[in-house]
Amino acid sequence: MTLNRLRDAIIPLLVFLLTLGVWEAIVDYKNIPPYILPAPSTIAAKLVEDRALLFSSLLVTLGVTLKALVIATISAVALALLLAQSKWLERALLPFAIILQVTPIIAIAPLLLIYLSPGTAVLVCAFLVAFFPILSNTALGLASVDHGLQDVFDLYHATGWQKFLYLRLPSALPQFLAGLRIGGGLALIGAIVAELAAGASGQGTGLAFRIVEAGFRLDIPRMFAALALISLSGLAIYGALAWLSHLLLHNWHESARERGA
Amino acid sequence: MIDAPLISLQEVSKTYANGVAVLKGLDLAVNAGETLTLLGPSGCGKSTALRLIAGLIAPTSGDIVWSNPTLRKNLGVVFQEPTLLPWASVFDNVYLPLRLTGEKREKAEPRIRHALARVGLSDFAAALPRELSGGMKMRCAIARALVTEPAVILMDEPFAALDEVTRFQLNDDLLALKLELRATIIFVTHSVYESAYLSTRIIVMSKVRGAIIDEIIIDPALTRNAEFRHTDHFAEICRRASLALRHATDENIGTTP
Repeated sequence: MTLNRLRDAIIPLLVFLLTLGVWEAIVDYKNIPPYILPAPSTIAAKLVEDRALLFSSLLVTLGVTLKALVIATISAVALALLLAQSKWLERALLPFAIILQVTPIIAIAPLLLIYLSPGTAVLVCAFLVAFFPILSNTALGLASVDHGLQDVFDLYHATGWQKFLYLRLPSALPQFLAGLRIGGGLALIGAIVAELAAGASGQGTGLAFRIVEAGFRLDIPRMFAALALISLSGLAIYGALAWLSHLLLHNWHESARERGA
Repeated sequence: MIDAPLISLQEVSKTYANGVAVLKGLDLAVNAGETLTLLGPSGCGKSTALRLIAGLIAPTSGDIVWSNPTLRKNLGVVFQEPTLLPWASVFDNVYLPLRLTGEKREKAEPRIRHALARVGLSDFAAALPRELSGGMKMRCAIARALVTEPAVILMDEPFAALDEVTRFQLNDDLLALKLELRATIIFVTHSVYESAYLSTRIIVMSKVRGAIIDEIIIDPALTRNAEFRHTDHFAEICRRASLALRHATDENIGTTP
């Protein structure tokens, strides 16, 4: 099992390193200038050189992403619980949530910037895109309780609160965590899109602004360096949420268990 | 002999919301202490009758009368599937009925341990359902049904999904539990052999009218063990139940367009 896990980790890493090697070789062989396509070594050097600027921007973007994810999680779970209580509430409120989901965030961001400060607008954008997957998955989980188990709870005259606490909440946990994994990635995308639209400047600006700024200066290596940090942030968020999901589900839910375990 | 039946189904009909009428005017009396088996082809309404007795669904018309209504509040039910909480241990699954009555875990523990011992799961209290075999999951469901010491136990084809060996074993375990608990058992099955082995009375139901085609009384004093399965008496019960079941099925075929 350990060997399999090692193999699973090493294979994609080798492919990634091989891709970087081919990229480096092509840039070197074709003598492509850095303002067209920087080599991975140039990007790495830029990352080190501009670390103070880039990492402070990274903290800003990550801060907004995490704040939006926490707010989206709390509000989406609260709304899902509310929707689960009544079909009428679901009919009344769900269309609004769907409208927010299907409207591209890039189209909403400029409007938000009119009414809100740039920082708040970025936070709201990240919140909006993270909110719906958590809401829909949690609502689905709360509605997908095993009928046989419901019969058991009915048979023993469980109260509404007991059914909720001992049956519906744990039943909904796998779907909620799946929604959280999607929402985590989308919160970062929402924050980046809003930062691009906001075009905020000066202290406290995020990585997306650094990309725009570097583009204006034709500092392509810095653009790639900022992009690499965004990708790594996305991977870290996904990895952390996947780990949380594994921690909570691996004992009992098929989605988090290895075959034969 | 007890005069009034423990449970009386009087002219009970059930039509589901989709318009399917499963039972029409079923009359059935369940006596205290018996093991009554409802035998019939699929769709004859035997599981519906059990769910009506359990109070999980309401009849469209007719009455279900309990001679002692307090017994109705403490039923043990075992479904076709084990219906265990997958995230909870065997111990916590058995604790569930007591937990729902507000009983503290520490206070309930001796009863849970006793229920687990009764079904041979004492060593698996900490296991999760996924770690158990099909037969062990069903034992856990039986322990959950027994933990409240019910006077009436309802079983809806509980062993249908199990292999023959496990099924025979659980049949014997159920008979042993019945002797110990002296509970009334209403058992639903489509297995002639299972009904003949477990029951003190078999009711064969027809699909067409949800009506009773035959009633087979079996001496409760008979010793039920592996040898019983090879006796002429067992064969005779099976023959009669099979004929009644065939009659019920032929009726169904006869009315199929």
